[in-house]
Amino acid sequence: MGRRAEQETEVTLTVNGRSRTVRVDNRTSLLDLLRERLGLTGTKKGCDHGQCGACTVHIGGRRANACLALTVAHDGADITTVEGLADGTGELHPLQQAFVRYDAFQCGYCTPGQLCSAVAMLSEAGPSAVTDDLTTEPALTPGEIRERMSGNLCRCGAYPNIVRAIDATVTP
Amino acid sequence: MRSFAYARATDASEAVAAYRPNAAYLGGGTNLVDLMRLGVATPDSLIDVTGATSGQIDDHPGGGLLIGAAVRNSDLAADRRVRERYPMLARAVLAGASGQVRNMATVGGNLLQRTRCPYFQDVSTACNKRSPGSGCQAQQPGAETENLAILGHSAACVATHPSDMAVALTALGATLHASGPGPGSPEHAIAMPGLHRLPDASPERDTVLAPGELITAVELPPPPPGRSTYRKVRGRASFAFALVSVAATLEIADGAVASCRLALGGVAHAPWRCQLAEQALEGQPATAGTYASAAARELRAARPLPGNEYKVTLARNLIAAVLEELSS
Amino acid sequence: MSRTEGPQKVTGQARYAFEYPADDVAYCFPVLSEVACGQLASVDDSDALAMPGVLRVLHSGEPGAYGLTGSFELAIFSSRDITYRGQLIAAVVADTLENARAAAAAVRVSYQPAPHDTVLRLGHPTLYRPEKINPAFQTDTGYGDVDAGLAEAAVTVSVTYTTPAEHNNPMEPHAAMAAWDPGGQTLTVWDTTQGPSADRDTIASVLDLPPERVRVISPHVGGGFGSKGTTRPTPILAAIAAREVGRPVKVALTRQQMFTLTGHRTPTIQRLTLGAAADGALTAVAHDVTEHTALRTEFAEQTAVCTRVMYGTPAMRTTHRLARLNVPRPAWMRAPGEAPGMYALESAMDELAIALDMDPVELRIRNDTRAEPDSGLAFSSRHLVECLRDGASRFGWDSRDPRPGVRPRGRWLAGTGVASSTYPAKRMPSAATVDLVEGGYLVRVAAADIGTGARTALGRIAAQALEVATEDVRVELGDSALPRGSVAGGSMGTASWGSAVALACEALLKDGQHGEADTTQDVAADAKLARHSFGAQFAAVLVDPATGEVRVERLLGVFATGKIIEPVLARSQFMGAMIMGLGMALMERTAVDQSVGGFMGTDLAQYHVPVNADVPDVEIAWLEEDDPHLWPGGGKGIGEIGITGTAAAIGNAVYHATGRRIRDLPITPARLLAPTA
Repeated sequence: MGRRAEQETEVTLTVNGRSRTVRVDNRTSLLDLLRERLGLTGTKKGCDHGQCGACTVHIGGRRANACLALTVAHDGADITTVEGLADGTGELHPLQQAFVRYDAFQCGYCTPGQLCSAVAMLSEAGPSAVTDDLTTEPALTPGEIRERMSGNLCRCGAYPNIVRAIDATVTP
Repeated sequence: MRSFAYARATDASEAVAAYRPNAAYLGGGTNLVDLMRLGVATPDSLIDVTGATSGQIDDHPGGGLLIGAAVRNSDLAADRRVRERYPMLARAVLAGASGQVRNMATVGGNLLQRTRCPYFQDVSTACNKRSPGSGCQAQQPGAETENLAILGHSAACVATHPSDMAVALTALGATLHASGPGPGSPEHAIAMPGLHRLPDASPERDTVLAPGELITAVELPPPPPGRSTYRKVRGRASFAFALVSVAATLEIADGAVASCRLALGGVAHAPWRCQLAEQALEGQPATAGTYASAAARELRAARPLPGNEYKVTLARNLIAAVLEELSS
Repeated sequence: MSRTEGPQKVTGQARYAFEYPADDVAYCFPVLSEVACGQLASVDDSDALAMPGVLRVLHSGEPGAYGLTGSFELAIFSSRDITYRGQLIAAVVADTLENARAAAAAVRVSYQPAPHDTVLRLGHPTLYRPEKINPAFQTDTGYGDVDAGLAEAAVTVSVTYTTPAEHNNPMEPHAAMAAWDPGGQTLTVWDTTQGPSADRDTIASVLDLPPERVRVISPHVGGGFGSKGTTRPTPILAAIAAREVGRPVKVALTRQQMFTLTGHRTPTIQRLTLGAAADGALTAVAHDVTEHTALRTEFAEQTAVCTRVMYGTPAMRTTHRLARLNVPRPAWMRAPGEAPGMYALESAMDELAIALDMDPVELRIRNDTRAEPDSGLAFSSRHLVECLRDGASRFGWDSRDPRPGVRPRGRWLAGTGVASSTYPAKRMPSAATVDLVEGGYLVRVAAADIGTGARTALGRIAAQALEVATEDVRVELGDSALPRGSVAGGSMGTASWGSAVALACEALLKDGQHGEADTTQDVAADAKLARHSFGAQFAAVLVDPATGEVRVERLLGVFATGKIIEPVLARSQFMGAMIMGLGMALMERTAVDQSVGGFMGTDLAQYHVPVNADVPDVEIAWLEEDDPHLWPGGGKGIGEIGITGTAAAIGNAVYHATGRRIRDLPITPARLLAPTA
């Protein structure tokens, strides 16, 4: 069963600081690349259609749904997953610590996506759908956190603790 | 997903020249990849245009803005000039999707995203948009119509256009710049409203674009006078498509409506510019009564489906409520 | 206190079923029926087999080809009968996910369709009385003279409430990886299950293997809410695919496929008839339920059993009728029975309070009871009244103006509502061992932690029993090779496994090295008492009458559920269930399309679960109960009671805000703005 060569592409990505070169079926999502080829199963598949946020990673430092990202379209990209949030010295990222402290998860399946989403969200400037005054940089109130984190579903209902954990990181 | 060849275009002419039947332009992929995985879209070749058009927002001579088609939604909404001068547009973009999707989605792709009608998305049901002549399951008795059209629909199709940004651009009277189809075709302009079609007998065509035509930029005229906003009503507080949405600009002088722009989302195959309501408002006293009757005037033409009659009430109420909000 | 597996979960190291490494693994992608009723005429797999990477196509074209025995749902590919749209009829096994999925679209299926019937309605021609209702309750009960009670009532309320089909939608899709040993004799399945022991037994039975030759491994489960409480086709499919291709095979259902293959909550049509004297004392209560089941297999949700325990009344009737439809078999979804039943009962009680011009909290207190009205069994403990009073005090209920529709706040109308909550407190037999090992103690039980914190709670129970620090105890669960554990369901997990763990610890203290326990005898000897948790929930909402938008400003739950093992875990459980109740009240609904013949809107963009922005800070409180009739740990189970009161509390608040009573969930803008008849 051969495959036509034009339907595969060699791609090089930096994943959690490490350069990875892979030859992929063009149909391979970044999500499936991470989970099935690179052994990085921390990023989760919840819906495969950009509707739940469980697959949230950083592409070029910005949060994105890995399920909707075709690997071939991100040649040269810098990817960070939940496995890359801790600083490498063994110390968890402050948000990871806050999630543990505030019990901001239950089954844990949406958690990697929540963490990647929250870390990136904290450096997103500008208003949100709930901001009254578009012309100033809004303070990150719990209401702002809720709206900005609404792209990450949690069926276990850990939302109030997620908000508390993020809030605690922002205003220690 | 059908297997496909992939290539990146570095400019618009390269993209347009590479286009052939069964190819698709790839922006952020937030709708196209979704549709490919559902089997609704089956291109055999993807032409990545995220680097083929401008990713910048430039000041346009004449006081408007020129927004490259490759600008990401989140960058558009975060731009100072958009926030300060076109708050309706900023709010519309911020109301759409999620933070993650807004980071990936391009302006061009947002305009061309396809309906979320459940029958369009399910390849095992009859859909004239997906498969011309196969029928419209949404118009069968007992179909799920809560999110479908109340205006401008046809016997062939009752789908709605899901983009919030497009509603704002419709109210603002934006102009699209496009290249192609075919190499050597000159750049040309398409006014909004006017990009998106009503379904008529050929719902397979969402827009007036010919296959291979590529949107390169969105040109905003100088901001209309008055206060403006965008309001979206949906079944949960965030991350959901509009049941009905309104983009509105209102200018009041001496207690009367000096000018007004109104567009509705969630009600038709295209963003719905409320020409009848705008006419009914101009020069009239800026009162709740005027707003309500203008809204009623616009919705008189509504033909709801069994199951979405509420949208007529919602659209009328929302227009009136938004105009009152802009008056206070 | 933090969850034992917290560090693994926040670093992405916790593995779920699809995520275990295996050499040479192949991927399996299911094919589902597009027709709702009839026969599979033929399956043409020639195109699919010709596609890149395809190893095998399994299908129902040759029934019985895979030697499976069991229920219609689990003996897959054994019949040509199609009884619902979305039934599993074929599957492709290939070398990559992309190749399997692409080839699945190329499998050509032809059907002999038959007329289908998918919509529940009163008077449906197939309505019948099931022999019993889930899990083993009497279908119909009654005592006293309901008609006489209604006739002598000062006020009667007779209303019909409807709830839609709902889906559990855990974040982790159902998935499994199966690997046979080289001789093809023993099978290991990495599954996502609420009960590894039961799952192992079922898989073995369907495959006609002795149970000891099957092992189920499931240490982390990405939510279940009932949908992983019984075996689903996924591990069976993975197992036979692995056997066919001689390689480990993994399969994950798409979110869309989950809607027909992993259970759902039946829609309900519930008639509530209440009669009361002028002082609020109930004179008659009738709760008549109509719901659906699959054509071939029965599941009868016990929707009216809550009415049998809640309020004292001299006359009562409860009935359940099922319509057989072309739908998948409904199954457990968080608080089966109590969730839809309490919505209707607690909404009708609110309507009764208004008809009596009586405070809704006082009406409930007026009808408190010391024994189960239906059976006469004494409650082992019951503190409904205390929960209502405590909640009312915390909520500021005393200053409430009962008039509806009179509290504008800008474009909104504000309102508040109250509802009782209840859930049974039972335990099931379980086994456990505990051993003194290097560094501490090792507790082993085939329990499941599906996000409840069971691993952590069991560690706490053991540490207390052994009188050591929690850091000195390690808990192993989620593996059928461990001592037999009951299913994580019915809020029975902690009581069931905890009983066994506590006894095992006692045994170790005597032995010094090892302790083991099996609670089967103990559980059988449990005195016949009515054991239930009770609670009260309060909601404050804002409703925009122009748009129909509803926002929940405040949610409070006060619960009496015995002793709380671990406060942080308890708070998360109560809160999580209440948030699911918010979803049930305002947005959750799976549409059934009769023309298509099945569920529509089967993804997470169309089936709305609450997002972060929907949820206010949820306030939780509890009243500890010292109930000597429970297991030694004294807890009653807490995972489900939260969902049983929220929908009614919110619906009652919507009425209070607007004067509009919506009796059809979910309370969406479409419902609030619908043309009134």
